[in-house]
Formats: sequence, C-alpha cells, structure tokens
Amino acid sequence: MIEVKNLSKRYGNHLAVKDASFTISKGEIVGFLGPNGAGKSTIMNILTGYISLTSGSAEIGGFDIVDNPEQAKRHIGYLPEHPPLYIDMTVREYLNFIYDLKKVKFPKKPHIDEICKLVSIDNVENRLIKNLSKGYRQRVGVAQALVGNPDVLILDEPTVGLDPKQITQFRKLIEALGKHHTVIVSSHILSEIQAVCKRILIINNGEIVADDTADNLAKNLSSDHTLKLRVQGPEAEIERVLLGIRGVSAVKSLGVVEKGSLDFEIEPEEDADVRKEIFNRMADRRWPILELSTEELSLENIFLRLTDGKLNISAKKGSKATKVKEESVITNTVFDEEDVE
Amino acid sequence: MSAVFKREMRAYFTMPIGYIVIAVMLLLTGMYFSYMCQSSYANISFVFSSISSIALLLAPIITMRLFSEDRKQKVDQALFTAPVKLINIICGKFFAAFALFMIPMGITLIYQFILMFTADVNWLVYLCDILGIALMGAAIISVGLFISALTESQIIAGVFGMAVSFFIMQMDYFASAVNVEWFSNLCVSISFISRYNAFTSGQLDFSNAVFFISVVVVFLYLTHLVLDKKRWA
Repeated sequence: MIEVKNLSKRYGNHLAVKDASFTISKGEIVGFLGPNGAGKSTIMNILTGYISLTSGSAEIGGFDIVDNPEQAKRHIGYLPEHPPLYIDMTVREYLNFIYDLKKVKFPKKPHIDEICKLVSIDNVENRLIKNLSKGYRQRVGVAQALVGNPDVLILDEPTVGLDPKQITQFRKLIEALGKHHTVIVSSHILSEIQAVCKRILIINNGEIVADDTADNLAKNLSSDHTLKLRVQGPEAEIERVLLGIRGVSAVKSLGVVEKGSLDFEIEPEEDADVRKEIFNRMADRRWPILELSTEELSLENIFLRLTDGKLNISAKKGSKATKVKEESVITNTVFDEEDVE
Repeated sequence: MSAVFKREMRAYFTMPIGYIVIAVMLLLTGMYFSYMCQSSYANISFVFSSISSIALLLAPIITMRLFSEDRKQKVDQALFTAPVKLINIICGKFFAAFALFMIPMGITLIYQFILMFTADVNWLVYLCDILGIALMGAAIISVGLFISALTESQIIAGVFGMAVSFFIMQMDYFASAVNVEWFSNLCVSISFISRYNAFTSGQLDFSNAVFFISVVVVFLYLTHLVLDKKRWA
C-alpha cells in the first residue's frame, strides 16, 4: 500500500529525513515513534504530498506522490498535528466542504452521517467548530480525513492534548479504523503507540532506527538478558557458587531488598540459559530461592537507548528480530484481507 | 475549484468583511450617483470613473486573508493534501474574491434603470464601464492574492496590498513628475487608472483589456509559484 524508498528531505543544510525506506502493507496499523523533531511529521507531510521530497520516492497505492500526486492523494486521509479546520464553519458545513473538495463519489448525506456517527460527532454537527472543545476538534479532524473513505489514514499525534478518557476513546477509534484502513499513527509517547500499533517504526534524527513489532522490539532488541535472583543464604558463598556456574559471566550483589534475603543480578553469557543450574545449586545447599526473573529491557528503555544512539540496530539487520517481523506482517495482511469488507 | 469558491464566498458573509466591502462600495457609488443626478448629467460613467481609487484600496481587504489565514490556521494542509490541482485552489479563491468585488458593481444596474426613466441611457457605455471595473478589479485582486500567499499574517497582507494599490494609483503622477522619458512611458503603460479611464470614457481598447488579463495571468502564476516553492523549500 505504501512504499518508501531511500526517502530524504533537506531543509537548507539540515537533513530532516535521511534515507528512509519502509513498506506498509494493506490493513496494517503502524506507529511512527520518535522524540519531538525526529522527522515523523516531515515523513507524513511528504507521504501526503504537503511538502516535497529531496530525493528517493514514495508510492501510495502504486502511485508516486511526486509524479501522480492526485491519484496518490486519493488514497490518503490525513490528520495533521493541528487539525486543519475552518473554525467559522459548523461541523456539517466543514465536512460538506471537504467532501466537495475531495470530489467524493459516494452519496453525500449518508456518507457524512456515517462518518459523524463513527467518530461520535453526530451530536455536535450543527455547532460552529470554534465553539468545540479540543477533543471534539480532533475528532472533526479525523472525520475530515475519513471523508471519501481513503485506504490509508495518516494521523499525526492524534491524541495530543486530549484527556485520559478521550485518549482511551481515541485508541478504540483507531483500532476500529484499522479493521478497514491502513493506518499510520505518530507519537512521541511510547504507550500510545504500543496500545494501538502492531508494528513500530522508531525514528530518530530523521533516520529509521528500528522497524519491528512491539513484542519483538522488547524481546529481541534487548541486548542483555540479565537475571534477578532473590535468595536466602550467606552472601559471599552464594556469589561464589553463582560465579562457579558455567555460562555466568558476572554476578552483582544488590544487597537486602526484602528482609532476610539477598538480591543478585546475574549476567549470563550470550544465549546461555543458566536458570536450571542456579535452581539446582541453590537447592543442593538448601538456600531457598524466593524469586528468579529475567529482566528484559522495557520498550521504554529500548526507545531511550535507540534515540540516544546507544543501541545500534543496523548490526541486527537480517537477524532473528527482522525475520520475525516479516512473518508477522504477512500474517497481519492475510488476516486483514479476510477482515476487510 | 467550486468547493473552494463556495467556501470563500460563505466566509465573506459569515464574517462582516463581505458586508463591509459591499456597504462601502454602495455608499460611494450611491453618493456619486446622487451628485450626478444633482448636476443633471445623465451618464453613469461619472460614477465609475469616480470610484476607481476606492476600488483599488478595497481590493486588498477582500484578498488579504485568502491564503495567509489558511496558513496561519494550518487549513492549507487540508487543501494541499486533497486530490486537487493547486491551480484549482488558487482559481477558486480568486473567483470568490472577484465575485464579491463585482456584487456592488452589479447593483449599479439599479442606477442605470433609474436613469432610464429620466434620460436616454447608453447601454454600451454602461457595459464598457462594467467591463472596465471588472478587468481592473480582477487585476488588483490577483495582485492581492499573490501578496496574501507571501505571508501568514492577514494584517501584513492587507497593509502591503494597500500600499501596492496606492503605488498603482500614483502611477500617472509619477509619469508626469519624473522628467525621464522612458520612465514616464513605463509608468503610463502600466498605469491601471489611465487604462481604466479609457473604459469609463467609452473607449473599448483591446490593448487595455489584454493588459489587465495579462496582469491576472501573471499574478495567478506567481501565486502558484510561491505556494509550490514553499513545498519544495
């Protein structure tokens, strides 16, 4: 549905987007995640034809956005960061205007009625947009993107400025829209993206630094699988025994966290599973294990590491992580094609 | 194009600007019409030749918000990402401003009917007047539209537009004040007022019509260039 190849955008000396390439299949909900100023909005503005690209190409539904802008734009509904609204119009008048502007072929009244109902603005459709709250304005913004029932919805930070209740409603709305549309959502808030998107593109300094499912990002990109052990017994002895286990590269005592027990951080060698051995050794010495857990990097940490440039993903290309991602994309596509009416 | 045209026409009349422009124009045309009647001089061209300056000064008020306000409110993102050619958006806005400009001019038809009862009226002269004001109006509106595309502030667009209009009004004065032949010739040749006055004096000169149409085409093209360049910046 969307194919971006080596996309770059330069503003004077500043390279806002560097050589970005990705493909988004029909029916996917993809999240663009990155800190403010990372280039998310720039990529979205290029995909929608609002600004031009410096080099590379972007195709929407098989149409190049530079060579065939009108055909490409026909496939897109766009909600920019600030909803583009004529505040002196009523909701209904504005949506009628967008309908006329996009030269939509569906019957006008039922089509707009349906959209108003879907985004729950049917109760305010005769009110002037300037009198609406931020949440309602945002919904009118989504409604204008939905006019013409485009295949692709591009929503730039759709939940900014909404209250928690509205955010929950918005997530549900995006999930519902994802059943019939390809959706790209951007945000700098991780939980936002994690809640609605199956696939995440992490963008930093104009570069795509990771492209995977949320779960895989958490599992496979985490470089260390540190174990946390809480055990009752003598500290020095335990540390010696742990270091004696084959596959353990480092042990760090964390001291007393729970009264009467000691906490340790165990760093195993790569791909080594030392959990069974730890259990056996502790059991042999009758030191009861109160807790043994794997400490995976949370997505939050991965995001911070990636955007700080501490974790280099390019070295992982073609690794298990990337393969898993490709499989999941195919599964999603098959599922959604069945699901789309 | 029609969607943008309808939207802009609607906007003129939901905000007071449309009513103000029409009221001012009607007030002035009415005033000059009454002077004309008092002087028992039954030629409506007097009204048209008297309102040229105010028409030039009112045009920037009509055009100042067309693109600047859209950019400020970020509505341009909806316009420029819709499957519509940029030129259609520009033309939609241009024709809306032009239509508003022509509404009070159309109302002068009533004066012509009033005159019919009291004197012999020449309809060809009246048509010539209407054509003249339409062409000059279209030209100054295209200039205003271009200025509006340059800035995000409608106040700047309005003030700058009025300054340009004032400059255009003074073109004949520059021609006579500066004693350099080529400069005088240049000023006369690009003077809106002297070309417009040719229409109100009943001369249908093809070159004047071509001049105004050329100005419209050039400035609509420049507007297109400015808006397109912003995308490529």
